[in-house]
Amino acid sequence: MNGVHDMGGMHGFGPVQEEPNEPVFHADWEGRAFAMSRVMGMQGLWNIDMSRAAQETLPAHIYLASSYYDRWSRGLEALVLKHGLVTAEEVAAGHALKQAKPVTPKLAPADVGKLLTRLPYDRTAPAPARFKPGDRVRARNINPPTHTRLPRYVRGHVGTVEAVRGCHVFPDSVTIGAGEDPHWLYTVVFNGRDLWGSDSDPTVKVSVEAWEPYLEPL
Amino acid sequence: MSDHDHDHQHGSELSGPQLRVRALETILTEKGYVDPKTLDVLIEAYETKVGPHRGARVIAKAWADPEFKRALIADATAAITAAGMFERVSDHLIAVPNTERQHNIVVCTLCSCYPWDMLGLPPVWYKSAPYRSRAVSDPRGVLREFGVELPADTDIRVWDSTAETRFIVVPMRPAGTEGWGEDKLASLVTRNAMIGTGLPLEPGKAR
Repeated sequence: MNGVHDMGGMHGFGPVQEEPNEPVFHADWEGRAFAMSRVMGMQGLWNIDMSRAAQETLPAHIYLASSYYDRWSRGLEALVLKHGLVTAEEVAAGHALKQAKPVTPKLAPADVGKLLTRLPYDRTAPAPARFKPGDRVRARNINPPTHTRLPRYVRGHVGTVEAVRGCHVFPDSVTIGAGEDPHWLYTVVFNGRDLWGSDSDPTVKVSVEAWEPYLEPL
Repeated sequence: MSDHDHDHQHGSELSGPQLRVRALETILTEKGYVDPKTLDVLIEAYETKVGPHRGARVIAKAWADPEFKRALIADATAAITAAGMFERVSDHLIAVPNTERQHNIVVCTLCSCYPWDMLGLPPVWYKSAPYRSRAVSDPRGVLREFGVELPADTDIRVWDSTAETRFIVVPMRPAGTEGWGEDKLASLVTRNAMIGTGLPLEPGKAR
């Protein structure tokens, strides 16, 4: 989806501003939104890609105007509604009105350790890898209206495969209900000047992590 | 902070997100999907236990032990796990070494992917539009905003974290630290140095 979340190369957002001695959370609600999202993720009804897709499909003006954990809470709200765990009437009322949907037992305080390590995303490969380090590839010019992890700024450009990272869950498939559909993942490096033009910094190289369906051989 | 400031920041007016999050927690708790005590424990873990001090230990070990550094760059998850430094280490961690020739910088242009178990939760700037938009197109300009001026002929490599692989930069060991132990070395390793938007502290400025 060509949404406002795909920010690489955009102008107009101003300088980067660092906050000295920044706290982990700036308000209690930020921590609650973060923790609820993580705990609800353990239900196994959606994965990390679906969480991202839920945030990316927020209206563009809301995405841009919302702070980070505000987006998390809005994304979580969208997911619990979509999966029927909560109803719109309950959100409006701010209280439970219907019986809960049968789900995995809620995560106990003693099991929080399970949330401190990420789940693995590599899977058994259905086929050998098509590319190897050193291969020249072109990032496909795809513009799916659904979730993808191929940023716009590399589409159509030629780069070099630097590393093969294993066979990973394919976000484009899992977010449209087509299963994990694992594909090989590569680090692909592009020259900055190929991406940003002949006036740009000649010392820059940029890599993305690209699944095999994003790439075509040269 | 004065009483006035305190009242101003925590007055009776609740913000939009605060109200929405409170309502959501009420509903999810009443329906039995979450235990608020679990949320408390998770928040506390990220506020007090998981943070950049973990990554700093890894970098210091790499500086002190060339064999570990080689293993770290070959497979960071496996090397840190084998070293027994932490109870658990997440998969797909990739350590990218700075050299005299190349400086590495990590971004996630599409969201905010970040090696949580090494660096904790990311700072606001890492998740915000100014950094996400320009780190890939003008990394030298972004570094300048962090007060980092690299030699004009140093190559800059930007790693856009578009998948479930996660990146940690291995900065160059500062000169003048010969013979230092790992704990002392770790005191020079800043969070930004492991993202690539900073350099390690100089030996005289150890925290």
